[in-house]
Amino acid sequence: MAELEIKKTATRDSYGRALVDLGAQNEKLLVLDADLAAATKTGMFKKAYPARFVDCGIAESNLMGVAAGLSTMGFTVFASSFAMFAAGRAFEQVRNTIGYPHLSVNIGATHAGISVGEDGASHQCCEDIALMRSIPGMTVINPADDREAYTAVFAAAKLDGPVYLRFGRLAVPHLFGEDYSIEIGKGVQLRAGKQVTIAATGLMVGEALAAAEALAAEGIDARVLNIHTIKPLDLGILTHAAAETGAIVTAEEHSIIGGLGSAVAEGLAGICPVPVLRVGVEDTFGASGPAVEMLKVYGLEAAHIVAKAKQAIAMKK
Amino acid sequence: MEASRELELKRLAVQVRRGIIEGVFNAKSGHPGGSLSSADLLTYLYFEQMRIDPQAPKQAGRDRFVLSKGHVAPALYAALALRGFFPVEALKTLRKNGSFLQGHPSMKLTPGVDMSTGSLGQGISAAAGMALGAKLAGGAQDVYTLLGDGELEEGQVWEAAMFAAAKGLDHLIAIVDNNNLQIDGTIEEVNSPYPIPEKFAAFGWNVIEADAHCFASLEAAFARAKQYNGKPTAIIMKSIKGKGVSFMEDQVAWHGAAPNAAQYDQAMEELSAQLAALAQ
Repeated sequence: MAELEIKKTATRDSYGRALVDLGAQNEKLLVLDADLAAATKTGMFKKAYPARFVDCGIAESNLMGVAAGLSTMGFTVFASSFAMFAAGRAFEQVRNTIGYPHLSVNIGATHAGISVGEDGASHQCCEDIALMRSIPGMTVINPADDREAYTAVFAAAKLDGPVYLRFGRLAVPHLFGEDYSIEIGKGVQLRAGKQVTIAATGLMVGEALAAAEALAAEGIDARVLNIHTIKPLDLGILTHAAAETGAIVTAEEHSIIGGLGSAVAEGLAGICPVPVLRVGVEDTFGASGPAVEMLKVYGLEAAHIVAKAKQAIAMKK
Repeated sequence: MEASRELELKRLAVQVRRGIIEGVFNAKSGHPGGSLSSADLLTYLYFEQMRIDPQAPKQAGRDRFVLSKGHVAPALYAALALRGFFPVEALKTLRKNGSFLQGHPSMKLTPGVDMSTGSLGQGISAAAGMALGAKLAGGAQDVYTLLGDGELEEGQVWEAAMFAAAKGLDHLIAIVDNNNLQIDGTIEEVNSPYPIPEKFAAFGWNVIEADAHCFASLEAAFARAKQYNGKPTAIIMKSIKGKGVSFMEDQVAWHGAAPNAAQYDQAMEELSAQLAALAQ
């Protein structure tokens, strides 16, 4: 394939843009942040609608409670911080004050995963999917590109109940056109294939497509699924893929413990058990370095998916 | 306050206390101590202070109440039941499998409960969010929240206190039930949040001190709280844990223990005697 200049956008930018556009349609939209508006891109909303932007300061626990209270007063609420603090520091607030009463609070968490880069391990949250999907009734979405992230904001705003939206700092290639809109809870087959299925989420979807291309060059026919919604998981599309291809490789910019790989393995184990191999961060903390380099260091590239796909095929009965 | 109204509130407060004992005894668990110390306050809020309608518990313009010290749910449930949100008889189902009266308040299950609480320090943030929502929408609702004194050890309380003052949430009224006891001992022994009034004042709040067991004192405190001067208001009320049941008063052991049958009988007898005395 010829190397074209592919447009790239960080999904945090898509998030900020979507909030501004949603704000124009929905006058009950309030956006909350914890002193990170410039980084999470909620600053775009703040600039457009200053009266509907609430900076809660560096106090994420309170941020989540305030978001809960506002949602009971009839507002559409997006509460933002870095994934580390939104899902990590404020986990129990999200669980008890948002999750338990099933309030329609949307948590826009940016700077998820290893691709935070230079800030290093303290800020590279690879546990947020695991934490958030353990909360009953929580919807967990990890968009793959600009368009998916943009439409996810609108879809989340319409949903009853809490939503965790996971965005990245690193610019990632555009995969979908203007005609695409996310359907929460519905996986998307991006490439047909019969020998193995790569189920990917977030920035690993692009890597999964590249991996399938590389596998095809070696005569291996890989299916690619975009699992943007980790919860509720689309077990239908995954079960079909497991039955038809006989082996699954999951790919995520998250710990291999508790994320997409775990969700897929747990889901398929009782329905259609096939080998499920996980590409992700291997039970370790991150480190400082340029984002693209760190993705390589932590095994989050197409080449790693290719290797696991071959291994999975070899395990088929 | 008129003497007849005060007498009526006193009678209601004894009935709230009976409801607490009834619930905790039948559940064989729960938190009577702090429930009893906050019984007068909840009576005052639900029968005198708050603009609420038991027939329309979700009405948008109502005042809100958040029980930040969620473990005293038995007191809240008793006040709600007596106010007509649900039958008093239901108090016996407290903490039972299938009951809409959970061990800690659930806004999804119990009519009149405005926020699910139980994990300390979180309710005041939700209350601040409600007060901010009312303010942004141009509403006139007041938002009340009740905190324990031990609860003030949670850092989130002070995140919320800073936030409420910074945003000028003057329809937020936080009441601190200062009974001086927490599970491991007196609050000074454990990790003292004293001096409480000075702390709230330093965070930019109006501070009012009150007697938790005197309706005239509560009336004066709430009248002052509704001055809407751009600041949130904290009412620090001195209370007696276990108030109204002689053997539970000021005893930390009754923080989270249910009475046995003999203790239940004695408690109910004492409360009946109080009612009888108020009838004269």
